[in-house]
Amino acid sequence: MKQHTRIVLIGTLLVALVILFLGYDMGRNIDYVLPRRATRLATILVVGVSVAYSSIIFQTITNNKILTPAIMGYESIFILFQTIIVYIYGDKTFQVITQTDNFFYAVMLMLLFSWLMYKLIFGRGKQNMYHLLLIGLILGTLFQTLSQFMQIIIDPNEFSIIEGYMFVSFNKMNNDLLLLASVVLIGTLLWGQRYIKFLDVIALGREHAINLGLDYNRLIKRYMLIISLLVSVSTALVGPVTFLGILVTNLTYELIPTSRHRIMVWVCGLIACVALLAGQFLVEHLFNFSTTVSIVINFVGGLYFIFLILKSRKRI
Amino acid sequence: MRFLFVILLLLLAIVSLFTGVKEISISEIFRLSDEQLLIFTISRIPRTATLILAGAGISIVGFIMQQITQNKFVSPTTAGSLEAAKMGILFSLLLIPQESLIYKMLFALCFTFGASLLFMYMVRRIRARSTVFIPLIGIMFGGILGAISTFFAYKHNIVQNVQGWLMGDFSAVLQGQYETIYFILPAVLLSYYYADRFTIVGMGESFSKNLGLSYLSVVNIGLFAVSLTVSVTIVTVGAIPFLGLIVPNLASMIYGDNLRKTLPYTALLGAIFLLSCDILGRILIYPYEIPIGLMVGIIGGIVFFFLILKRTR
Repeated sequence: MKQHTRIVLIGTLLVALVILFLGYDMGRNIDYVLPRRATRLATILVVGVSVAYSSIIFQTITNNKILTPAIMGYESIFILFQTIIVYIYGDKTFQVITQTDNFFYAVMLMLLFSWLMYKLIFGRGKQNMYHLLLIGLILGTLFQTLSQFMQIIIDPNEFSIIEGYMFVSFNKMNNDLLLLASVVLIGTLLWGQRYIKFLDVIALGREHAINLGLDYNRLIKRYMLIISLLVSVSTALVGPVTFLGILVTNLTYELIPTSRHRIMVWVCGLIACVALLAGQFLVEHLFNFSTTVSIVINFVGGLYFIFLILKSRKRI
Repeated sequence: MRFLFVILLLLLAIVSLFTGVKEISISEIFRLSDEQLLIFTISRIPRTATLILAGAGISIVGFIMQQITQNKFVSPTTAGSLEAAKMGILFSLLLIPQESLIYKMLFALCFTFGASLLFMYMVRRIRARSTVFIPLIGIMFGGILGAISTFFAYKHNIVQNVQGWLMGDFSAVLQGQYETIYFILPAVLLSYYYADRFTIVGMGESFSKNLGLSYLSVVNIGLFAVSLTVSVTIVTVGAIPFLGLIVPNLASMIYGDNLRKTLPYTALLGAIFLLSCDILGRILIYPYEIPIGLMVGIIGGIVFFFLILKRTR
């Protein structure tokens, strides 16, 4: 099958899923059901595209296929922030801090965090991506330990508030937030589009890229900014989806073997939306909300990750 | 030097015995009231013994893991072992809730051993570009195991409980509930007996085969010791992050990689480190306690941070 046909097929699959998602078992209250499903659909599309976009960029600049930006500590700082709020305000959380404020602070915090990390590693002139990753991971573990400590001593009823943030859910969408997030994400995507073509060269490695005349350091800074914007906003919007990035990028490399990132990012976006939509559909109609879409995706994505490592014979 | 460490350890052990909400001063040691004696036998002695055993055990197996994988950044925290043990306990709670602690430990042991074998297999299959890469894979691997556990924990509404086991805490170590920790002793003896062979394994597969070593069986014995120690500590006290990472690294920086020589120091350093963290956690917000998982997590995280900067330079 030609690449072109495959892309069209994936697109058709997405359209079919969208129709299924919106139209399945609608009942008689179309006025009630449809707008809510449409909001969820919009959120899924926004989140899917940002996760795909940021993961592809991240994997290309770190030159490997099994990491996602999520491991750099963004998710654990988000959870820590939510835990601290609930720890302080308890069941009055929703009265004290509105959803919009919460969103705003969470995004600011994650951006600040990535800026600090960046300064810490790249500030001294010596660049090593792996240091950045490992230090992100350590800080992530540290934040996780702190959150765990607070989560244990929190009242179980209040813990359920945190649980709502720990697992992605598209069910409690707030239209204002969605609009805000979409504006930021689409803005970032459009701005980032100018830099996507350079990724084809960066994929050759740092030395080649510099030899071929790219301003490597400046570009990496841009990419890091794009990644941190996309990851912060999508995490603050729906919560952490750690393994979605790995799942969709590797499916993309598998299905559409191309080295042109312009094609790659958009195909990956399509696949991410398909995965999220299928997951959400299963959660709603098969599991009857007994689990959440992030758990399903992490489960499937995780198994796929092990499979990837076991079958890979190349250097990764 | 070793003598100094032993004295330090003894001192800390004594401090640990006399630190707690119930005042017992050292001068009273020979005329304890019945109540004070009870506190000693039920809580203080088990707690101190557990601290020493867990500290020494986890540090030793951390060293062995680093030898086997030939990577200084691998430890139970960064190879998914903790997550695997947690998963084992989760399944034992779901499948055999009425059975005793020993069975839960066996469950955890099987899961940890399986996960260690799988991780070893992955480490040998991939040829990573950077040493830092292996622990990254290990942590991702742990994340997957965690995701699978969460899938079931969420279904049965015990996510908060699961978080609870993960946090190492010595305050619940009481007589009658902590004895499983003594299973660390066989693991420690095993490690000591095989110390020379682990040193050779640390030089690589072909090298050890050249020297006539049965590489695979030594690796498996090592992994078994690791799994036993990790699952025992998880079941009795919970997870202690970073301990198996920083103590062996410090020991190997000072004393080198000859295990036979370095193991006693590693064990002593580990016990001293854990005891001091626990005593600190008990004093800082007296009469309450900071769980050891948090104390070690913070201190260990900071130490590890500097280790990376130093080791990778």
